[in-house]
Amino acid sequence: MEVRRGPVSGPVIIFDSVSKSYPLYHHITGGLKNFLFHFPRAVSQLKNHRYEALQGISFQVNRGESFGIIGKNGAGKSTTLGLIAGVLKPSVGTILVKGRVSPLLELGSGFSGELTGRENIVLNGVLMGLARADVLRKMEEIIEFSGLDNFIDQPLRTYSTGMMMRLGFSVVASLDPEILLIDEVLAVGDIEFQKKCMDRMKGFRENGVTIVFVSHVLKDVLTICDRVVWIENHQVRMIGSSEEVVKSYSNPNNRRSGDPGKGDKLS
Amino acid sequence: MRSFENYRDLITVLTQKEMKVKYKSSVFGYCWSVAHPLAFAFVYFIAFKVVMRIQMEDYSLFLIAGLFPWQWFSSSVSAAPMVFLSNASIIKKVNFPRNIIPLTIVLNDMIHFILSMPVIVVFLFIYHRSPSLSWLYGIPLLLIIQLIMTYGAALFIASINLFFRDFERLTSIFITLLFYFTPIIYPETMVPEKFRPLVNLNPLASLMVSWRNLFLNGTLDASALAISFAYSIVFFVPGYLVYRKLSWKFAEVL
Repeated sequence: MEVRRGPVSGPVIIFDSVSKSYPLYHHITGGLKNFLFHFPRAVSQLKNHRYEALQGISFQVNRGESFGIIGKNGAGKSTTLGLIAGVLKPSVGTILVKGRVSPLLELGSGFSGELTGRENIVLNGVLMGLARADVLRKMEEIIEFSGLDNFIDQPLRTYSTGMMMRLGFSVVASLDPEILLIDEVLAVGDIEFQKKCMDRMKGFRENGVTIVFVSHVLKDVLTICDRVVWIENHQVRMIGSSEEVVKSYSNPNNRRSGDPGKGDKLS
Repeated sequence: MRSFENYRDLITVLTQKEMKVKYKSSVFGYCWSVAHPLAFAFVYFIAFKVVMRIQMEDYSLFLIAGLFPWQWFSSSVSAAPMVFLSNASIIKKVNFPRNIIPLTIVLNDMIHFILSMPVIVVFLFIYHRSPSLSWLYGIPLLLIIQLIMTYGAALFIASINLFFRDFERLTSIFITLLFYFTPIIYPETMVPEKFRPLVNLNPLASLMVSWRNLFLNGTLDASALAISFAYSIVFFVPGYLVYRKLSWKFAEVL
């Protein structure tokens, strides 16, 4: 039940029989009033009804590796990313993460619709742990990569979804990431920019940046990832080279339960 | 893990963002932040001085000297329930010190309070009074005390409201009650003798009275200062402990 961080060589992410469960909070997010009126029931439900998001997951990711996570919606992929990012704590097991984690953020949501693209770049950089001066030094590079120079001083609320994604990717990609977490995004944006992202990600592999990539687009997983873990029903179903895992994952005979992973496309 | 520079930059960048989001253009925004307490002062002046004919000299000045610092507290605390909720997408993805978000809200309202002080000076001159030298140490002292107090309250409310989403309603009722129980629109000396000892049970009473005495007479009472400081710790420590205890669950509940 601990999360340690620090610079060492070798594997940079280690999950050792990690389980994550949490109470079903809707009993209390319904409000203090509900909670107090149904106090005994609410407390027992809070204690006894837990949602098992992950059960006994173990894997390692080595420095410079591109590691894919695939699985159906609700299988536990986002929980895994949350645990790597350190926003969630494991209920059981140990997680070791060495290095600065840079998640790809959904720009413009919540925080910052009124801020310009340029201001959002700074905001994202400092949220990820960089000093403002370092972000400012990289500013021109980020703007150039994003190709948004006409819009960069406009408020983010005027951006299209694709433009926000471009900006988001440009920020994480340019701020010397050590461990990059990418959750389902490259599908947005035009073909040309998608290609740019792919090229940049291949560049990362050569520079020893570790990438954890969650996607339903199996073609991208094959292009980017060295190894892949397939999570099914909150457990590791399979772990291995990306060709191997993607092949079994897309084989319909290997699907255990009902819904054949809608939205997962190989093309 | 995060460097001191990063902490400092996080606070600066987020406070600037807050400033910008709240008041889109700076000049108009400034007027806005002053207009709010002034409008209240006007309403209370009409109600109590013109209609109910309270026997007090310089009542409008009296109101302003109390309403401006109150405005800081109440606007930070009313914003507190929503601060984590409205930043859900970031809290779920990045591990950063989340307590910085309520801190920047409180700092932003503090800056607006400081910027509104010239209005108090203008009113002082209108009533043929003037600022006092004791402001030089009195204002920073009271600012620090109120900062700690407001931040503690905001942190507590923001954390609790993630779990009990109707806490926001309680907060607004609480703020209204607190306002009328605090000697802001009336002097503490007007409180009937038998209730007078109860005034100091209100954590904001001695702080608001201290601000007003400092602005109007340039006096700063040491015992009132000590009581306010003690209350600021009483707000801050539980607020911080609750935040510490719950912050690991923020990403689960959002």
